[in-house]
Amino acid sequence: MGMDRKNIEYIAHLSRIELMVNEEEMFIRQLSDILSYVNKLNKINTENVKPLVYPLNMSNVFRDDELDESSSREEVLSNAPSTMGFFFKVPKVIE
Amino acid sequence: MRLIKSTAIQIKDKIVSGEIQAKDVVRSLFEWIRETEPNVQAYITLNEEEALKKAAEIDKKIENNEQIGLLAGVPLAIKDNICTKNLYTTCASKILKDFIPLYDAFVIDRLKEEDAIIIGKTNLDEFAMGSSTENSSYKITCNPWNFDCVPGGSSGGSAAAVASDLAVMALGSDTGGSVRQPAALCGIVGVKPTYGRVSRYGLVAFGSSLDQIGTLTKDVKDAALLLKVISGNDLYDTTSAREPVPDYIDGIDSSISDLRIGIPREYFAEGLNCDVLKAVKDALKVYERLGAKIIDISLPHTEYAVAVYYIIANAEASSNLARYDGVRYGFRASNANGVISMYCRTRSEGFGNEVKRRIMLGNYALSAGYYDAYYLKASKVRNLIKSDFDTAFKKVDCIICPTSPIPAFKIGERANNPLEMYLSDIYTIPANLAGIPGISIPCGFSKEVLPIGMQILGQHFEEKKLLQIAYAFERETDFHLKKPVFKVSSAKI
Repeated sequence: MGMDRKNIEYIAHLSRIELMVNEEEMFIRQLSDILSYVNKLNKINTENVKPLVYPLNMSNVFRDDELDESSSREEVLSNAPSTMGFFFKVPKVIE
Repeated sequence: MRLIKSTAIQIKDKIVSGEIQAKDVVRSLFEWIRETEPNVQAYITLNEEEALKKAAEIDKKIENNEQIGLLAGVPLAIKDNICTKNLYTTCASKILKDFIPLYDAFVIDRLKEEDAIIIGKTNLDEFAMGSSTENSSYKITCNPWNFDCVPGGSSGGSAAAVASDLAVMALGSDTGGSVRQPAALCGIVGVKPTYGRVSRYGLVAFGSSLDQIGTLTKDVKDAALLLKVISGNDLYDTTSAREPVPDYIDGIDSSISDLRIGIPREYFAEGLNCDVLKAVKDALKVYERLGAKIIDISLPHTEYAVAVYYIIANAEASSNLARYDGVRYGFRASNANGVISMYCRTRSEGFGNEVKRRIMLGNYALSAGYYDAYYLKASKVRNLIKSDFDTAFKKVDCIICPTSPIPAFKIGERANNPLEMYLSDIYTIPANLAGIPGISIPCGFSKEVLPIGMQILGQHFEEKKLLQIAYAFERETDFHLKKPVFKVSSAKI
């Protein structure tokens, strides 16, 4: 499967990234190169191989649900680009 | 100025004995930074005022005969993707330009507990995505050995800082070689610990199943000291290991006379620079002289590691970087028309091209219809790569190979060809996929007098053994003592 204009527009949309026309061309070329390189994986038979998601054997880590100190509301809002009162402010969501 | 050329252990000993004060160390370091940093460009943010304050605190503690930490008065540089409370943490990205963390990463907490002094935050490839530090949104860091060359990456700022004495030690992060490769290219020691050995709490996430914080130091003993300080279990990182942390310095000079060293033939193949090959072969002769046995081994799936890595790392990155939406922190683009448009403009203006490339590649590999062909397939081949190591470690105690196939390359030389850049990580990536520890130590120089690094890989949680093996070589050679010569006035050094 190659990379074309339709595909790049689709994944740019999934990625919430806007591309200029000349950027589209560049990314189509570069991602095609990378994908044709990674396609070499198809040479390997992995029929009876399990996927490895984490390199070490790990199990769930549990702890008691206890109250702990947390950042204050003022602190949490201090890095926000736009706030109103005690809230993060964003452009209108519902039309 | 001679002071700051010393190792951390030497500096700490002098401070503890009262021969020098922490203040003197910090002052002379900042003098050297003012003189040299304009050429090297290792730092994004400097922390001079706080550093001097901390130094005064340490001097006072010593004056009052109070208990002091293992890194008392040692100036450290921190890669700018590790959160530092009240100190900018930008990830070299425009999207986090003014971001000030509310908390310290686990490793920063540990450094502070041990009385280390944080000098500043170092340059990196944006979000640690790169192998040359050229992908920074802020500056290009130069290799101290040749200002026309890259320092490697992505922890290039940390490596360049330590190599040019702009910091005595540094922390970096290693997702596919980002500590070991710049350490090799700058002629210093770099350790990537076992996955989970060091807590990732406060490390800005890139590839969560691969990321590990590592050390950049002037010699092996300093690495052992720093690794001891930052290792250990952390409740805030559920993937952090519960294995006890040994004293890495104790017994570091143990004999390696019955050591079995594996040489993977796939790592000594096409594309390996002849100076690098010669330096590593010469290093193996040193080990043989010390009584080690050299054993030819095979890691048959090596050629697939880069392909596996660029699917898995980018799939994880595309999820991890979804959080940058211009709402809670960081940059937000203006002129947006509705919330979706705000996300899109913010991310398009805030991220650089390499980050966009990887997010898109990752989303593609995870998207409906392609998940099985890319992500699942890569995860299966990852298992085969890990099995290769498991098989090899039945026959050998460690594996030695070059860290990078080539010495430092020219700035701009590989910038327009992402795939070629990715292939420069070919020897470091497999350790991240398998979660095993690796260390890069200086083992020679190219004809152009650029440093060459040798990588030692071991089994999970065998950092102590790796450090012993590295130290055995360091003790026999003087590559780690060589320093780059600056053209700037150095009368005071």
